[in-house]
Amino acid sequence: MNYFPDEVIEHVFDFIASHRDRNSISLVCKSWHKIERFSRKQVFIGNCYAINPERLIGRFPCLKSLTLKGKPHFADFNLVPYEWGGFVLPWIEALARSRVGLEELRLKRMVVTDESLELLSRSFANFKSLVLVSCEGFTTDGLASIAANCRHLRELDLQENEIDDHRGQWLNCFPDSCTTLTSLNFACLKGETNVAALERLVARSPNLKSLKLNRAVPLEALARLMSCAPQLLDLGVGSYENEPDPESFTKLMAAIKKCTSLRSLSGFLEVAPLCLPAFYPICQNLISLNLSYAAEIQGNHLIKLIQLCKRLQRLWILDSIGDKGLVVVADTCKELQELRVFPSDIHGEEDNNAAVTEVGLVAISAGCPKLHSILYFCKQMTNAALITVARNCPNFIRFRLCILEPHKPDHITSQSLDEGFGAIVQACKGLRRLSVSGLLNDQVFLYIGMYAEQLEMLSIAFAGDTDKGMLYVLNGCKKLRKLEIRDSPFGNAALLADVHKYETMRSLWMSSCEVTLGGCKRLAQNSPRLNVEIINENENNRMERNEEDEREKVDKLYLYRTVVGTRKDAPPYVRIL
Amino acid sequence: MEKVGDYDELVNLKATELRLGLPGTEEETVPCGKSNKRALPDDTEKEIESTGKTETASPPKAQIVGWPPVRSYRKNSIQTKKNESEGQGNYVKVSMDGAPYLRKIDLTVYKKYPELMKSLENMFKFSVGEYSEREGYKGSDFVPTYEDKDGDWMLVGDVPWEMFVSSCKRLRIMKGSEVKGLGCGV
Repeated sequence: MNYFPDEVIEHVFDFIASHRDRNSISLVCKSWHKIERFSRKQVFIGNCYAINPERLIGRFPCLKSLTLKGKPHFADFNLVPYEWGGFVLPWIEALARSRVGLEELRLKRMVVTDESLELLSRSFANFKSLVLVSCEGFTTDGLASIAANCRHLRELDLQENEIDDHRGQWLNCFPDSCTTLTSLNFACLKGETNVAALERLVARSPNLKSLKLNRAVPLEALARLMSCAPQLLDLGVGSYENEPDPESFTKLMAAIKKCTSLRSLSGFLEVAPLCLPAFYPICQNLISLNLSYAAEIQGNHLIKLIQLCKRLQRLWILDSIGDKGLVVVADTCKELQELRVFPSDIHGEEDNNAAVTEVGLVAISAGCPKLHSILYFCKQMTNAALITVARNCPNFIRFRLCILEPHKPDHITSQSLDEGFGAIVQACKGLRRLSVSGLLNDQVFLYIGMYAEQLEMLSIAFAGDTDKGMLYVLNGCKKLRKLEIRDSPFGNAALLADVHKYETMRSLWMSSCEVTLGGCKRLAQNSPRLNVEIINENENNRMERNEEDEREKVDKLYLYRTVVGTRKDAPPYVRIL
Repeated sequence: MEKVGDYDELVNLKATELRLGLPGTEEETVPCGKSNKRALPDDTEKEIESTGKTETASPPKAQIVGWPPVRSYRKNSIQTKKNESEGQGNYVKVSMDGAPYLRKIDLTVYKKYPELMKSLENMFKFSVGEYSEREGYKGSDFVPTYEDKDGDWMLVGDVPWEMFVSSCKRLRIMKGSEVKGLGCGV
């Protein structure tokens, strides 16, 4: 059926990067499937238990880049016990055994050990890029192996991992011959850093474009580092808590001014506000700014900085910026595409000193026409505001609103927020990700089922009245891939209504809902291609009872489609039905 | 709204509030930890949903597990800094086996382990052995341990200081026969 030789078709396929498109291509005919298989370089696996390494390698023997995700999303919030799973070692072992020419490994929410890192560093001669996001289980010893053994390392990017810092000399382990680094991010390391080794490393890395430091790198070192690397595009500053002496400050300013390529700024893990003006000269070039860890900086200092960032496309900030600050953002950042406002007062201990409200959200929606992604933590919201936001911004792709107090209604009308969220899904026809919060009845889910046609991921907490709510979503959202629900009154009727639906999705999470053991068992019985996992941490309670009570509510349910059946590495308190 | 705030300031009820605890410390909210129960009592939920009451439920005093949905990495960062910057201190109870009463110390006052050890040694009049990663504390009947966020009892000194401060809930200086189990290089 092919009118062109395979090499030509393969060449055409090379232009198609999206893995979804490549998946579609491989379904066209046998010949295309084969050509696509052998030419696939990058593979994305959204759930590491949906498939196993052997089958992966069997199908894509020439792969060079692998992305793996492990634990379910709610693991980020401590809802998944540590040893649940998501171990990367078997993958690395299999890839090594099969002599795959791995060059890039990107992991999210996986358990990575020093042993895995050591094996990784020794098994792939051309290994170039390691990106770990929200992973755990390793120490700086593992990083030392990577540094020492990966001769062509370009990228080492550690984002928000829990790393045991052994205060070793991992930075020293980069050999003098290593000059290929383009990206180095160790912001999440909590221990001391050998600054001298770091400076030498940066000095011999002319291609370094992204550098993100940890807390332990002080102001003076920052100035020297930036002087060595004026070509930086992306900088994460460490800490400088004391007000700098004039000389250090001048040096810092001079170094910063030279970094004319700088487009992205983050870090500020510990910052004295008086240091911020050193960055004013480059603000006009910034397209990305992450100040969400800068807990000490007051709103007015933030505002002064942001007022200069007219080209900003991405802003992550704390709610200490206040509604006033968001109005400034709305006036200044006309190119803004993504905004995340995190809570600075996580436990609701303080009174509303400078938190953000619906006012800030409305201002942003009115002022930033290009806004398509938002994550917004706030203490109060109204339907009127959401309706206005929907009207102002029909282009949302991601809309995540988290009202800190569960079940909180519209603070003016005291009604539920069904209408507000309804307006959002109705207006935003391209919405792919949605998180809802506040007081919500089944009605909001009716709206979501009716209007959210492109919705792929939905997060629900403390919402809904009856099974109907969940059913509206399952029946309505045809493109739904991930559904995660906590503390909502959905039970077996909703869970079991359409078992085949789950095979069209990546996963379903339900915790502290009304589903029972009996319901889960029935679900598992009819679904060979689903793994139905029950996580019950109160293992003791269960064993004391002689009989299993099928009416017992399940603590946490996690189910996902898979082609490789039950996994063998689950801990004792995870029961796979 | 403003009036209420002013009144509070005027009367300053908090300053005259009677409660147990050292002056200057705030009562910590109780974490739910491993509790299997749902965080909000069922009554409150039903009240809101069935009658559509106009007043909002008062915010639960207990922390709900995994709420708000902020990555633990971020939560820990902010929490540690708040303690440091507000001078609120991170007071934890210290018990010593055999001592008649417990003490409380502020972990944020120390910058590293040796300082903490010295302070404990002074407070309870004992001395702790020499620490090594492999064998724990050798050469003394006393071993400092702490309870971490997960409720496990850990040996003091294994993790980096900052991680220790953010995860330590209370300290216990173990003594005597129990000690044999720890720090023996097993």
